[in-house]
Amino acid sequence: MTVAVNATTTEHFDLLIIGAGPAGMAAALAAAPHGPSIALLDDNPLPGGQIWRDGPNAQVPKQAQDMRGRLQGFSNIRLHSGCKVVALAGAKRLLLEDAERGWVLSYDTLILCTGARERLLPFPGWTLPGVTGAGGLQALIKGGLAVAGERIVIAGTGPLLLASSATAQKHGAEVVRVAEQAPLSAVAGFAAGLWRWPNKAIQAITLASAAYRTSAHVLAALGTDRLEGLRVQVGEKVEELACERLACGFSLVPNTEMAQALGCTVRDQAIVVDEWQATRLPDHFAAGECTGFGGSELALVEGRIAGLVAVGERDKAQGLWAERQRWQGFADRLNKAFSLNPALKHLAMPDTLVCRCEDVRYADLAQHGSWTSAKLATRCGMGACQGRICGTAAQTLFGWEPPLLRPPFSPARISTLACLDEGESVLFKGD
Amino acid sequence: MPELSIDGQPFRFAQGTTVAAALMSSSDRCSRTSVSGQRRAPLCGMGICQECRVSIDGLRRLACQTICRDGMRVETQP
Repeated sequence: MTVAVNATTTEHFDLLIIGAGPAGMAAALAAAPHGPSIALLDDNPLPGGQIWRDGPNAQVPKQAQDMRGRLQGFSNIRLHSGCKVVALAGAKRLLLEDAERGWVLSYDTLILCTGARERLLPFPGWTLPGVTGAGGLQALIKGGLAVAGERIVIAGTGPLLLASSATAQKHGAEVVRVAEQAPLSAVAGFAAGLWRWPNKAIQAITLASAAYRTSAHVLAALGTDRLEGLRVQVGEKVEELACERLACGFSLVPNTEMAQALGCTVRDQAIVVDEWQATRLPDHFAAGECTGFGGSELALVEGRIAGLVAVGERDKAQGLWAERQRWQGFADRLNKAFSLNPALKHLAMPDTLVCRCEDVRYADLAQHGSWTSAKLATRCGMGACQGRICGTAAQTLFGWEPPLLRPPFSPARISTLACLDEGESVLFKGD
Repeated sequence: MPELSIDGQPFRFAQGTTVAAALMSSSDRCSRTSVSGQRRAPLCGMGICQECRVSIDGLRRLACQTICRDGMRVETQP
């Protein structure tokens, strides 16, 4: 699509950072003392990302509060919360939208800190109200959802399950089961190595739960209008549990759509960066979970490196490589221990919906050989989420490579798209 | 306590509550009806899945990324 940009709605920054989680905040704070004008963009109402999400039921850690306070202390940092990137608008120009307006922002240097999302996999009943992501439930509780007295099952894989369980229990829920798909040997091996990262060991002990089972996964969510119970595989046994909620997530997958649209290289579902956190594109960097799931400590040090490199402080950045290496070691162990059991690819039944936006059944997808073929025939991935849920699921289930995102990257108002009008003509990549 | 309306019904909320949390605590606890007629509720809680898209004061918004404000008018898809 060739469109044009109305120059009157453009603002310029030396450095644009997309994502105000740990990596984005660290990048902004590392770069700010050197004086560039910085725009820090995030689609959530408050900075902090998913891990430091604030809300009426959230206790934000002191480190996050300190970083938020320091961000406010820099007059050269402009925080745009509740703001989405809608489309590319030419070289180093992006079309943005918030609750009030749409406009074009241009930049000299970009750092992508777009984070990660949960991998949600289809199983019978997963569309029932009462089913959420594992981190999703934690986010909703922090945002004020009351769960006191509810019976909750938490399932999927990774340390996030224990974190979500701890949050639910703290707010009065009865966590009847935590079903971790990885085998005990893998989880125990991971836990045994945690002494190398002392604060992580403390976190693991704090989060331990008597309801925790390994080699366990959801088979089906039961109920008619909303969730009433679950069938869960625990080792060789199948158990049925009554519950009001299921929080189910299979680890995290990097958000790489923006990077791909810009033309950065993405490999193994992560943005490819060099030791300077630089992508293939000049002046375009990436840091944190979008370069591979690794936890907030890794995200923080990667963000600091990217922020320093963006302002030319390469020596200082290089001084942080050893710390990054240390946390990368933790990330590598984590990803190995919680790798997915192939049985999870076969949870969906023929009539289980895989695409929740267009209500496309598993049987209608499985007969195709690629995402493109399935999409053309069934409309999967053509709804509001643009395949962010079903494309990721299809990648896990069928090994299909998800396609490039097309603008608008998220549903946008006509008045925002009207910021792109007749005049200077630009090209959306990927078209 | 501040108050908003969800499909015309008043709902009182604590400061800082997201519209998604409000939806999940009121009426049928859902946010929309799918193309094949299923009722759906917020899923990912972090702005990805679009299940919680609703109309807020006439604008299409994601409930999980919107903080409740006094007097807000929230409409789920019937």
